[in-house]
This record gives sequence, structure tokens and C-alpha cells, in this order.
Amino acid sequence: MLHVTYLIILLPLVGFAVQVLFGRRLGDPLAGVVATLFVAASFVVSVGVFFNLLSVQGSVRSFNQNLWTWIPVGGLQVHAGLYVDPLSMTMVLFVTGISALIHLYSIGYMKGDRDYPKFFLYMNLFVASMLILVLGNNLLVTYVGWEGVGTCSYLLVAFWFTRDSAAAAGKKAFIYNRIGDAGFIAAVFLTFDKVGSVDYSTIFANIGKIGGGNITAICLLLLVGVAAKSAQIPLFPWLADAMEGPTPVSALIHAATMVTAGVYLLCRINPLLHASPDAAWTVAIIGAVTAFVAATIACAQDDIKKVLAYSTISQLGYMVLAIGSGAYEAAIFLMVAHAFFKGLLFLGAGSVIHGLHDEQDLKRMGNLRVYMPITFVTFGVGWLAIAGVPPLSGFWAKGDILENTWAAHPALWAVGLATAVLTAYYMSRLTGLAFFGKDRWKNKVPIDAATDFPDAHHAEGPVPEPHESKWVMTVPLVVLAVLAAVGGVMAFATPHLSLAHWVDPVFGGNLYNDHESTSTLWKLGTLDGVVAVIGVFIGLRLWITRAERPKLEWAFLRHSWYINELFDAVIGRPGTRLAEFSSTVIEDKVIDGAVNGTATLVRRTGGQLKRVQTGYVRNYALWIVVGVVVLFGFMLSRMWWS
Amino acid sequence: MTAATTAINGNISGEWYLALAGVLFAIGAFGLLIRRNVLVMFMCVELMLNAANLTFVTFANMLHDIGGQVLVFFVLVVAAAEVVVGLGIVVAIFRRRASATADDFHLMKG
Repeated sequence: MLHVTYLIILLPLVGFAVQVLFGRRLGDPLAGVVATLFVAASFVVSVGVFFNLLSVQGSVRSFNQNLWTWIPVGGLQVHAGLYVDPLSMTMVLFVTGISALIHLYSIGYMKGDRDYPKFFLYMNLFVASMLILVLGNNLLVTYVGWEGVGTCSYLLVAFWFTRDSAAAAGKKAFIYNRIGDAGFIAAVFLTFDKVGSVDYSTIFANIGKIGGGNITAICLLLLVGVAAKSAQIPLFPWLADAMEGPTPVSALIHAATMVTAGVYLLCRINPLLHASPDAAWTVAIIGAVTAFVAATIACAQDDIKKVLAYSTISQLGYMVLAIGSGAYEAAIFLMVAHAFFKGLLFLGAGSVIHGLHDEQDLKRMGNLRVYMPITFVTFGVGWLAIAGVPPLSGFWAKGDILENTWAAHPALWAVGLATAVLTAYYMSRLTGLAFFGKDRWKNKVPIDAATDFPDAHHAEGPVPEPHESKWVMTVPLVVLAVLAAVGGVMAFATPHLSLAHWVDPVFGGNLYNDHESTSTLWKLGTLDGVVAVIGVFIGLRLWITRAERPKLEWAFLRHSWYINELFDAVIGRPGTRLAEFSSTVIEDKVIDGAVNGTATLVRRTGGQLKRVQTGYVRNYALWIVVGVVVLFGFMLSRMWWS
Repeated sequence: MTAATTAINGNISGEWYLALAGVLFAIGAFGLLIRRNVLVMFMCVELMLNAANLTFVTFANMLHDIGGQVLVFFVLVVAAAEVVVGLGIVVAIFRRRASATADDFHLMKG
């Protein structure tokens, strides 16, 4: 079944084509159902390919397929090729699986939207792009997917583009991603220059030829791309603003199709990272700082989706930290677990927003556990999982990373542990504000805050009671809740079935050597669990009773460490001034001056020269005669002197 | 007495013919410049053409080359054609403007 791998990409692409051609005719809800079926079919094929790959033996467990030669230019032969190995297979499984669930959920969530078919059109293209990115067997095919997800994220974040803030957020996402893309493509150029190929297998086979400095350069350039795509410092602000998109899009971006791309790329190029300790350290430090900074910001946000967004940035920081410390398997583990619980949390948040008639402000929620029991239970699982409370998946994944960072450098571990406490705290704050406490949504006043569904009619008068969502929305919640709860099984099922064992051949000798003693691991694990429970306890204790605690919500954190203001001051304003200078001086004076000057010169010269044209025949005749005389005189003089 | 001079008329040499042609050409050119009547200007042009023809014939005789005489026929034909067109224009203008003075037509003034 391995040779039909291309179907995994083709099915969502066909779905996209169907939406383009017949989307309007299918309408609501058939367009959504069709889109969901295509993604689900892709998932089924993925499972088939997975079992086929499983039956291949250990070290050679990979499959390379060149579909056609894409760019045949002299020494550059780029194939449109697919590469299936345990790493890409893991990605494909959770990307297609979770995307299918999110598509199903969207059928309910997007109901009644003006552009219902267009939404699913973008979603299918998004999934297809991500699969191209994951399955490509060379940097350029990956780059196509890389650009594809960037474009689709722009289209989806700005889906409600009639709202200024959504249009601006889409632009922001796109521009930040462009910065990353520039780094990525520069890395591709450098790689081709040094290796003469962009195929992963050829690159890894020729690492010795590249030379240390160039490897570091390639890794750091790719890291620029990763920082933009996976929202690492300093390129993370776009992900928070991307909350302007519909909530299922947020879930898709955060759980499956977008931000994991950067982490995946770092895993894909693990032989390069292994060959450059400097680059690996840079990666680890960026990851650790991002994890901590984003977690602090998440503690002070009011918008339920913003909290989750910063939480994602923080968790991605964990994954990048793990990769920098050499713990690729731990990073993959957290990525999969995170896909489960973050998808769950976003869909849960969407259900809350939906149930509260488009309310996103945590301070105007409260006591929702009574009104939305299914959402509460499933969201609760996600909350405890991301907080790292044992025995849910987050505990095992985060523990795996913390143990490895402990061995890499205790300072990294300390940052990781502090982040873990903060994670437990801010998620409990969110849950406490939304599901416990008083029914603050009752004194709802008309707000101008950005919410989903700008077209929705905000009824005056008594606030309608929150309601539980329909089955298309709760079923994905339940499925994801089960996965988030038992996801930890991946770590410690039988040795031959564990995730680490499964992806081990990809990382091979590059794997971080786990040389800590069992007792240390037990201590670290216990500590993780204890701090998680403490964080949860503090968060709940503080935020169930009161919704307003300004002392705990510093303006510094509310404004995301003023990073947007910083960029505005350092890049935005100087850029605007440069543009204004260009517009008033360069454009008006230099360019227009040159053009107008030429015209004036020609006009004046013409004005002087036109006097020659008197219109009198005798004048012209005179000039002819003069000419003849001059010529005649000239010839005579030549005769005379010769 | 050279062969060249006797061929035309016993005692008149070719240089005289050339001198006559030069005088004729100068009269024509001068007339063209100073006269305002279009018809007279035409006649002056004809005078210049015929001065040129005279030199052709003279040189043909002096150099014993029939080519010069042949060329005269071409000049005559072209001159006839030119006069037809030119006079046509003059008549057309005269019908509209009731004038044959060249200075009245300076529409092409820049």
C-alpha cells in the first residue's frame, strides 16, 4: 500500500478542486460534509500506509517515491518525490486524523456563515499543503507545502476580512511568515551550493562535505523559517493575532497543520543539527525563552482564545527546546500529545464561544459547567492534560522533555519547570473563569470586542442561556478528550510499540543519550507532577472566587511584553518614515523631477527650434541654396588644396 | 583646335557652354529666391533644370559619353511630371485663395 502514498495528498486536493467547482452548489451543510469525507478518506489511507510501513522491518523502515521530475535544470534535478518514514508517518497520521475531526466540528460551527463553502475550500487546501510539507523528500517540495500553509493561514485568519482587525491579522501572519520563508529559501540555496542537491537523503549523506560553518549557517537560516512558522521568539506575535480567524481555524493551525511544521522541519534535518552544536544550542535557548515568555503572557490575557494561543507558543517553545537538547523523540511525543489536547481545548473554546453567542471574554463567562456539561468534561481533560497532571498525556510528554533538558543543562530545565508551573496556573485560571464561579455572562452589555461571527445579530434585552453544542461539535471533543487522556500510552506501552521506539530509526545515532539513573528520573517525574498539581491548585483557588485581580495581571504581560510596540518602534515607524520619505522626496522630487525635467527640456528646445519653420517657401529655398553653395565651396576648396 | 571644341560649333569651346549653364542656373536660383509669384518661381525652377541639362549635354560632348545625353531625357520627363503636379497644386490653391503669391501660403509656420 506504500505506493499509493500520494493519495494522502491527492484526496484533500481533490476535495479542494470539488469545492472550487461545486462548492456553491453543494451549499450548507453538504459542502462541509464532502470536505470532511475527503480528509477522512485521507486519514484512512494514512492508516493503511502506516500498517504497511509497520510490517517493514526496523532499520530500513522507509519508502522513497519519485513521482516525476519537477525541475530538470542542468545540475539541479528536483523530483516531486515523497518520503515515508516513521517521522513523516507520525505527522501524517495526526495531521489527517485531527484535521478530519476539526472539519467535522466546522460543519456545526460554521453553520449559517455567508462563505460556508469557501471556508471548507481553504481548509482542504490547508490540509493538502501541510501533507505536501510533511511528505516531501526534498527541501523544495517541503518549501511548496511551507508556502501553501502560509498562504492558507492568511486566507483563513482573514476569513472574516470585512472586519478590519481580521484583515490586519491575516496580513500580519503572512508578513511574519514571509520573513521566515526568506530564511528557508536562503538555506535551500546554500544547501544546493554546497551539496549540489536538495534531497534530504543526499544532503545527509554529504554532511562531511558541507563544512562546519556552513552547516551552522544552514541550520540558523532554517531556524529563521522555523521561528516564523512555529511562532518562536522574536517572530511569535502573529500567532496571537491569528485568533481573529474562526475558532476551528485556530484549532487547525495550532493542533495540526501549521505551527507544528517548524518543529517537524527541525526533526527532519536532525543530522544537520547534530553536526552543529552551536546551532543546536541556539535552538534550545530560543525554545526555552519562548516557552517561558509566552507562558507569562498567557497568565494575563482576557480573551479565551488568546490564552490558548500563547499557551501554544509556550508549548512549541518546549518542543523546540527539546530538539535543541537533542531529545527529538520527546519533541515528537509532545507534538502529538499537544495536537490532541490543544485541538481539544480550541474546539472546546469554540463550543463555549458558540454556546455563549459569540462571547470570548473570560471575564464575562463563569459557571458554564452547569450549562455545557459535555464541553466542560472534555475541556477539563484537555486542561489537566496540558497542565501536566498525571496520568494524562501532557504529563508524560512534558516529563520526557524536562528529563532530557535536565541532562542537557540544568538552567534549561529550570526554565522548563518554571514554565510548567505557569502552564498549570494559567490553564486553571482559564478554566476557573470560564466554567466555575458566578454566572457573569448574565450582565452582558453590548461590546465592541472582536468576536467570531461579526454578522451575527446581537440581540437586545435578556441574555439567552448558554446551550450545549450539537453532536457534530461534541463528538470531536469526546474523541480528542479520550486521546488526550490516554495519549501517554505512547510513551510506555510495550517497548516495541512505544513512540520512541517507532521513530528511533529516523534519529538513529543522533539521539540524545539518556544516561540519567532511574532514581533521578523518578525524582524528576515526581517533581513534574507535584508542580503541575500545585499550579492547578493555585490557579483554581485564585480565580474561582474572583474574576478581577489586577495585581496578578500586569500591564506588561497584558501587552505581551510590549513586543508589538517594540517592533512598531524599531521597524514599523522607521519603515513608515522611509516610505513617507520615498513618497514625498524620492517620488516627487527625484523621479517626477527627472521625468518633468526631460519634458521641459524638450519643450523649450522645440520652442526655440520652431522659429526655423517660417512657412515661407523662399526661406526654405534660401536654405537649400545656401547648402548648395556651402557644399560647392567645400568641394572647390578640396580641389584647390589638393 | 581640339576635337572636343570643334564638335559643337567650329570655334566655340565647351567651357563657354558650361559658363552659360552656370549663369542660367544662377539666374534661376536668384529668381526663385526673390520672386513671390508661384508661376514665376516655377519658371525659375525650369531654368535651373535646363541649366543642368545644358551641362549634361556639354559634358557628354566633351567626354564622348552618350550617358549624359540620355540623362537629359530622364530629367525632361521628370521635370514634366513635376510641373504637372506643381501646377495642379497651384491651380487648386488659386481656386481657393484667389492668389498666386507664395508668401500668402505660410500655413506650415512652426
